[in-house]
Amino acid sequence: MRIVEHPILDFQRGEKVTFYFDGQPVEGYTEETIAAALHAAGIRVLGHSPELHRPRGLFCAIGNCSSCLMVVNGEPNVRVCVEKVQPGMKVETQKGKGCLR
Amino acid sequence: MKQTEILVVGGGPAGLCAASAAAELGADVLILERDSKPGGQLVKQTHKFFGSKKQYAGDRGIQIGDFLLEQVESNPKVEVWPDATCLGIYEDGVVTAEKDDKHIKIKPERIIIATGAAEKALMFPNNDLPGIYGAGAVQTLMNVAGVVPGKRVLMVGAGNIGLIVSYQLLQAGVEVAAVIEAAPHIGGYLVHASKIRRAGVPILTSHTVKEAYGNDTLEGAIICRLDEKWQPIPGTEQDIKADVMCLAVGLSPLTELCWQAGCKMKYIAELSGHVPVRNEYLETTRPGLYVAGDVSGVEEASSAMVEGRLAGISAALSLGYGKDKAPQLQAEALAELKELRSGPTGEKIMNGIMKLLGKEGAAC
Repeated sequence: MRIVEHPILDFQRGEKVTFYFDGQPVEGYTEETIAAALHAAGIRVLGHSPELHRPRGLFCAIGNCSSCLMVVNGEPNVRVCVEKVQPGMKVETQKGKGCLR
Repeated sequence: MKQTEILVVGGGPAGLCAASAAAELGADVLILERDSKPGGQLVKQTHKFFGSKKQYAGDRGIQIGDFLLEQVESNPKVEVWPDATCLGIYEDGVVTAEKDDKHIKIKPERIIIATGAAEKALMFPNNDLPGIYGAGAVQTLMNVAGVVPGKRVLMVGAGNIGLIVSYQLLQAGVEVAAVIEAAPHIGGYLVHASKIRRAGVPILTSHTVKEAYGNDTLEGAIICRLDEKWQPIPGTEQDIKADVMCLAVGLSPLTELCWQAGCKMKYIAELSGHVPVRNEYLETTRPGLYVAGDVSGVEEASSAMVEGRLAGISAALSLGYGKDKAPQLQAEALAELKELRSGPTGEKIMNGIMKLLGKEGAAC
């Protein structure tokens, strides 16, 4: 859920666009990260661990921990906590370690 | 190959202050910042700082970050590269970085590493469930993106970060079920603790997480009390329903580049982990490589700013800049650091620094 009114902050989110999460359209803003847009849409499972297939979500949100790796426009292992939303972008849940094309 | 006199790795409070100080003495500086907006953790800190006016007390972290960034951007001697990640520091002094999907080589004469720190995790069953975040991550989501992490939060850790983020969650309209703290005392300032207690949030000391549970994402956690030996007391378990757990259990210095550059490292518990051995002016055992801020020991942003200034002055002076005024500026920065480290928390930091400098037991 996005914060509409805040006592201190005024959010500059950029332009409203649509991107795709596992084929489903999701609304996002060009100045926010993919992880933030997915959270705003209530999506918190971003992938599954390679060995035990346990659900993975956001942990550090600053590109440190690699808990949020997803496939973005076909490219695996993208840290969606630091990657900004772009119109039409295809974001997919990553299974396993991902393959380089 | 890109040439510069001083390369600053990390555009947080320490790195920005290092760049300004060095440029003011006349050195050319390049800052590498991996995020799209420099400012480090200041970009998400909505609370007002304490301390003295020299470290911007009374201003909010976000305002300080903007001010420091304006200061470097208005100085023609400083070049700022956002979205640029430093990859390595080589034997011949070449530094490599990734920027705009390109591999870039840089040849600096001096390097200041100001990479900051990363949040620590906590060990308990199911600690990997989505919905369990570092406290900084929740701050980023809330205060940078303007997205709430969930509906009901269990905060783990009653240090300043845990208390401040709890208050910010309340400001954003999120319920905080409780703040739990393994130590028998609240670690943060009581002024922060009082604010959230007044809002009706219980702070449970001597409590820890026994386990988290949830199907795919967090649904709640079992917490329990700890005895004086930090052992769980059977029968004291409580079930806290929460879709968010926030871990505010400390930070570790981000020292990968220091290790890789061959700096001598030492484990100092008071400084929150392995830190590079350095002299009083923050130069490491690799000549010409300086450190500043949390990477040299986890502290507050105020001391990171002063350390940054000290490293910047020292690096510029070693290149021959500001010979007349630099020693005076160094002495001022050292005096400010001493003052910032004069309280009870500061005493712990001072002990750690004395161990690092090999002056254990010496008066400081």
